[in-house]
Amino acid sequence: MLRLSRNPGADTALKLTVVACAMFAFVFVVMVPLYNVMCDVLGINGKTSGTAYTAVPAAVDTSREITVQFIATNNDGMPWVFRPEVRQVKVHPGEATDTVFYAANPTTAMMVAQAIPSVTPSRAAGFFHKTECFCFDQQPLDGKASAQMPLQFVVDQDLPEDIRTITLSYTLFDVTAMTGNRVAVR
Amino acid sequence: MGAHHHGPARGITRWLFTTNHKDIGTMYLWFSFAMFILGGAFAMIIRAELFQPGMQLVEPGFFNQMTTLHGLVMVFGAIMPSFVGLANWLIPMMIGAPDMALPRMNNWSFWILPPGFLMLASTLFMEGGAPAFGWTFYAPLSTTYAAPSVTFFIFAIHVLGMSSIMGSINIIATVMNMRAPGMSYMKLPLFVWTWLITAFLLVAVMPVLAGAVTMMLMDIHFGTSFFSAAGGGDPVLFQHIFWFFGHPEVYIIILPAFGVVSQIIPAFSRKPLFGYASMVYATASIAFLSFIVWAHHMYTVGMPVAGELYFMYATMLIAVPTGVKVFNWISTMWRGALSFETPMLFSIGFLVLFTIGGFTGLMLSIAPADFQYHDTYFVVAHFHYVMVAGAVFSMTAAVYFWLPKWTGRMYNETMGKVHFWISFVGFNITFFPQHFVGLAGMPRRVPDYALQFADFNMMSSIGAFVYGASQILFLYNVIATIVAGEKVTDEKVWDGAEGLEWTVPTPAPYHTFEVPPKVGAAPAHG
Repeated sequence: MLRLSRNPGADTALKLTVVACAMFAFVFVVMVPLYNVMCDVLGINGKTSGTAYTAVPAAVDTSREITVQFIATNNDGMPWVFRPEVRQVKVHPGEATDTVFYAANPTTAMMVAQAIPSVTPSRAAGFFHKTECFCFDQQPLDGKASAQMPLQFVVDQDLPEDIRTITLSYTLFDVTAMTGNRVAVR
Repeated sequence: MGAHHHGPARGITRWLFTTNHKDIGTMYLWFSFAMFILGGAFAMIIRAELFQPGMQLVEPGFFNQMTTLHGLVMVFGAIMPSFVGLANWLIPMMIGAPDMALPRMNNWSFWILPPGFLMLASTLFMEGGAPAFGWTFYAPLSTTYAAPSVTFFIFAIHVLGMSSIMGSINIIATVMNMRAPGMSYMKLPLFVWTWLITAFLLVAVMPVLAGAVTMMLMDIHFGTSFFSAAGGGDPVLFQHIFWFFGHPEVYIIILPAFGVVSQIIPAFSRKPLFGYASMVYATASIAFLSFIVWAHHMYTVGMPVAGELYFMYATMLIAVPTGVKVFNWISTMWRGALSFETPMLFSIGFLVLFTIGGFTGLMLSIAPADFQYHDTYFVVAHFHYVMVAGAVFSMTAAVYFWLPKWTGRMYNETMGKVHFWISFVGFNITFFPQHFVGLAGMPRRVPDYALQFADFNMMSSIGAFVYGASQILFLYNVIATIVAGEKVTDEKVWDGAEGLEWTVPTPAPYHTFEVPPKVGAAPAHG
């Protein structure tokens, strides 16, 4: 067996120290990525994929009609006006649908926002594909400016039969402080 | 032999530089008692405010600081160090070792504790006040919305974690390498076994806690977003990491208590412990299960149904090894020649009240029911039945049981019994009504409550003052014993006690087992 020290007590202690350090590293290099992977794969917390979905050509299933509702919320301290232009749409699975969200920056300073999506019921998260979304990027807006932010999505044909309504909620966060310099350069 | 028969050094340096396991154990015990009084004082403020509905004594923000610090000080300052102190005193004496395996590290693991707690307590006087986000410090309460003092809290947790890890490494190294000849693993006294398993739990999960607070530190000061949704993180991740530490932590607190009770009940039943091997395996099973049930603390966080079901069944499974232990203790007493000295009274009190706490735990494990009980006083009642009546009662029993061996003086038995009965009655008056107000919907961590909860809260507060006051009696009894207790010289202070620690002279000399004892075929445990 591997000996780290000639003193048996110190040998045990050194091995255990390695275990303790490994557990500290475990939190960062295993638990955090594993949690994110699990959420992505299982759609836990209604997390949708953070990257664009490449649409696969498929027949539109006109026998089903799904109601998709849009909700926009500001995280606290976020002064922007943020709302969906259309509150809800009825779509057929497999059909690409476009919609827009309206955002306005009422302050006089340039700000950067990040929208975080969440889908309810969370079981639907894996079947709600965004082919284009303003939430994939940070959104800069000059003071007193406004913008129409586009979203294109497809509801998967394999969506479980019992789901008839999907709610897509965006929370808008102020990330100006986190990214100020990078945006200024851009 | 005989070359090392010197006494302790004199003056303050004896305590500062000591590497003697008995000195360090004593310091741990006194320190943890001081923390017990401090955490108890915070609890008294909480109960005084809750004596009546409405706001009387403190501001709501200060109330939250009190609940937070009460939890942190009791868990990390009172209960954990007290059992480490007990381990220091007893494990070398129980396995026939002259000292701990790494005596200098032992000194360090104690001496970083007081500065750590000084740092934590100093946050009370800082701008913005002490941490006020509960002892579970969920993000983003503890990151985005925390007072600036949170940084001191984070470093305090780091220091306490380092102390615990070093203490545990020392215990494992001692038990694995320093057992007397013939002392095989299955002859270890159960207190040593439970501590060995606890120490492995500590080495595995204290670094996880350190990781969690380090992530908080980075989120607060270095612009990372582990727990911030804006940057792609997730606050729910915090809860998973915290409870991955937190659930083993509650067994870290209770397993040594199981060990203590497994030493005391056989001694006063004058019978060997029933089912020794099953006790060892039950302890190991509980330790293993503790790693795979953490999310039962977060049923309401929005898990998939499959997750709720898994965590529910896995949690219920813990009742099996725990039940084995409870039945073994009862079977040990069955047809024993029982006598009811103070340590035995506290152990039986432990057995009854811990079982009640176990049953309420079983109620909480049922996910659909937990949606109702979550964050109510029912949870507060549950964990005080297992933490106070479990850990603190058994610790009190341990002090009464081994104090004569440590000091060579007998405590006042009448005062001990009075202490037990006041504690037992006071404890139940405090926490039993909290089950009722919890089931009726009173949320925890609130400084004010609806009028219908007034009577039970008043009872609870009166009970808390009684229980708190009984600890002063305990302190007086211990000091009176040390100063002027009746002298005892029998090696075996209690006629039914078994184990190597009862073969050394009373009071235990500064150095014991410099020549290892021979352990025969008969089991060394009771």
